[in-house]
Amino acid sequence: MLRQLEGSAAVAETVGLCRPEVVCAYPISPQTHIVEGLSDLVREGRLGSCEYVTVESEFAALSVCIGASATGARTYTATASQGLLYMAEALYNASGLGLPIVMTVANRAIGAPINIWNDHSDAMSQRDCGWIQLYAEDNQEAADLHVQAFSLAERLSLPVMVCMDGFVLTHAYERVDLPTAEQVDAFLPPFEPRQVLDPADPVTIGAMVGPEAFAEVKYLAHAKQMQALDAIPEVAAEFELVFGRPSGGLVRGYRSEDAETIVIGLGSVLGTIEDTVDELREEGVKIGALAIKSFRPFPLEEVRIALAGAKRVVVLEKALAVGIGGIVSANVRMALSGIDLHGYTVIAGLGGRPITRRSLRALFEQAIEDRLEQLTFLDLDRERVEAELERMAGGGRSGPHAENILRESGIVGARSH
Amino acid sequence: MKRAIGGSTLNRVEGSRPTFEVRIHGRGGQGVVTAAELLSVAAFDEGRHAQAFPSFGSERTGAPVVSFCRFGDTPIRTREPIAEPDALIVQDPTLLHQVDLFAGLRPQGYVLINSSRDFSELGLDELLERFRPERLFSVPATELAREHVGRPMPNAALLGGFAALTGALRLDSVIAAIRERFPGATGERNAAAAAACFQVVERERAAVPGA
Repeated sequence: MLRQLEGSAAVAETVGLCRPEVVCAYPISPQTHIVEGLSDLVREGRLGSCEYVTVESEFAALSVCIGASATGARTYTATASQGLLYMAEALYNASGLGLPIVMTVANRAIGAPINIWNDHSDAMSQRDCGWIQLYAEDNQEAADLHVQAFSLAERLSLPVMVCMDGFVLTHAYERVDLPTAEQVDAFLPPFEPRQVLDPADPVTIGAMVGPEAFAEVKYLAHAKQMQALDAIPEVAAEFELVFGRPSGGLVRGYRSEDAETIVIGLGSVLGTIEDTVDELREEGVKIGALAIKSFRPFPLEEVRIALAGAKRVVVLEKALAVGIGGIVSANVRMALSGIDLHGYTVIAGLGGRPITRRSLRALFEQAIEDRLEQLTFLDLDRERVEAELERMAGGGRSGPHAENILRESGIVGARSH
Repeated sequence: MKRAIGGSTLNRVEGSRPTFEVRIHGRGGQGVVTAAELLSVAAFDEGRHAQAFPSFGSERTGAPVVSFCRFGDTPIRTREPIAEPDALIVQDPTLLHQVDLFAGLRPQGYVLINSSRDFSELGLDELLERFRPERLFSVPATELAREHVGRPMPNAALLGGFAALTGALRLDSVIAAIRERFPGATGERNAAAAAACFQVVERERAAVPGA
């Protein structure tokens, strides 16, 4: 049913339709509305025997999910930012044990400096923890990807993160065609676990593995993610059959077939990119976009095919690998072995800085003329940065960066002492 | 100095994707975010595509808050904040000389300010010259809210005024959105405030040449 609602509400309703048996989460902005919505559904008795477990931390939340999933319960959680970091050890356990937990990550920056706004630093920091990572472009896709995520997770016995941009999507009201219970039931069969902790039939899960077999178990984790490269498009195709709309998959091109310049992005920024691409296309510029929908596993072959005919690629990323630059770019470059094109890394939207069509247009125009630097920080205020570098170079007690920059910017509350 | 010349100007010129963009200013606790959400629901009820979102931040009671709503006849893809609004709603007149409320307002833009004083009394004569004066209105929405809702919550009333001022959305869809969000007596009282504010703005518009 078509409804105008908040992204978080759309996700909560949709997760509810997936019939989770255990939901366990700890609140953190901007994810909180999702689990609040689910707690309402449980309280109202709309999720049958689903158990909603409140805990004292994200570490506990995911640990409870691990236990629940190991007993064969369909299990869901959600988090963001520092909450995801606090789960880090349990993330590896969930994937290492092959437990098909589904988690929403409402993408948010990581401090310090503390910042509650959107970027992809959180999910990107955990890109190699063994979870599948899917990125939603809008709230329709955010809702749809959760249905697909349970299917994928249980098919492969692997945990899946559905990444949706915090605030930009979670707090946005827009049109979403919510699935019906019948559709979801037709698409998503009951969970048949590959391994179950059952007192009637005792087994061990989580044995210590020494050098004689550790590499083999880890290889299997990799092999399952490689299987996901087939499973993700299959699940997306099945989803389209049942629900009548495309969503998910590995990559999605936009006006990219004949494009000389291709802009790569993840998540909600694709909308703004596509508007900008349209503007430039109307002026005859051969530019297109490529959405990476699955970051783990990374679709090397699909990215390679999409970029094969292009002259240059601009990778727009909402995270920064301090000390080198791009994270997505590094992965894209692995897809380019033997392909000769200019590659540009653009760090944009950190800590919630708006990514505007005006800035994108100027950026793309520079790229088209190959005037971009290898690593560009979109809309970076060089003056403020230079001033702080100068202050540091002056030696002595130059003070904390964040407070200095805020004071220079005239932000109330940052006092000089 | 950087000047915003946002992409929506280009769209407007080309006529390819006309969307109506509204920016709402107020303070935490005044329902600024809810107002944008309600506008988007009203637009949705009219079969249009709509997007509403807050200026995300650590919202605190009394702190300046901004929310945004876009609507149009085609899907809305951009996620950037609204830099060049077609209409501004100012829920709290004490922001007037504290925040750059009118930044980026389009030359043909509409302004609705919650105040019992007119633009001259508010010290906004300059706006009357820069913009089309018949599109600039103030309306005592807090008083209307006190009367109809029993609380000084001006947001729903102002949405009624917005419908009258711009004609971009119908009063009945605004009222339907209010009732959907606030079932029962609260919704009815806010709907009454919206209808009253609609009437006030309609009356004033009738008195203004060119409106």
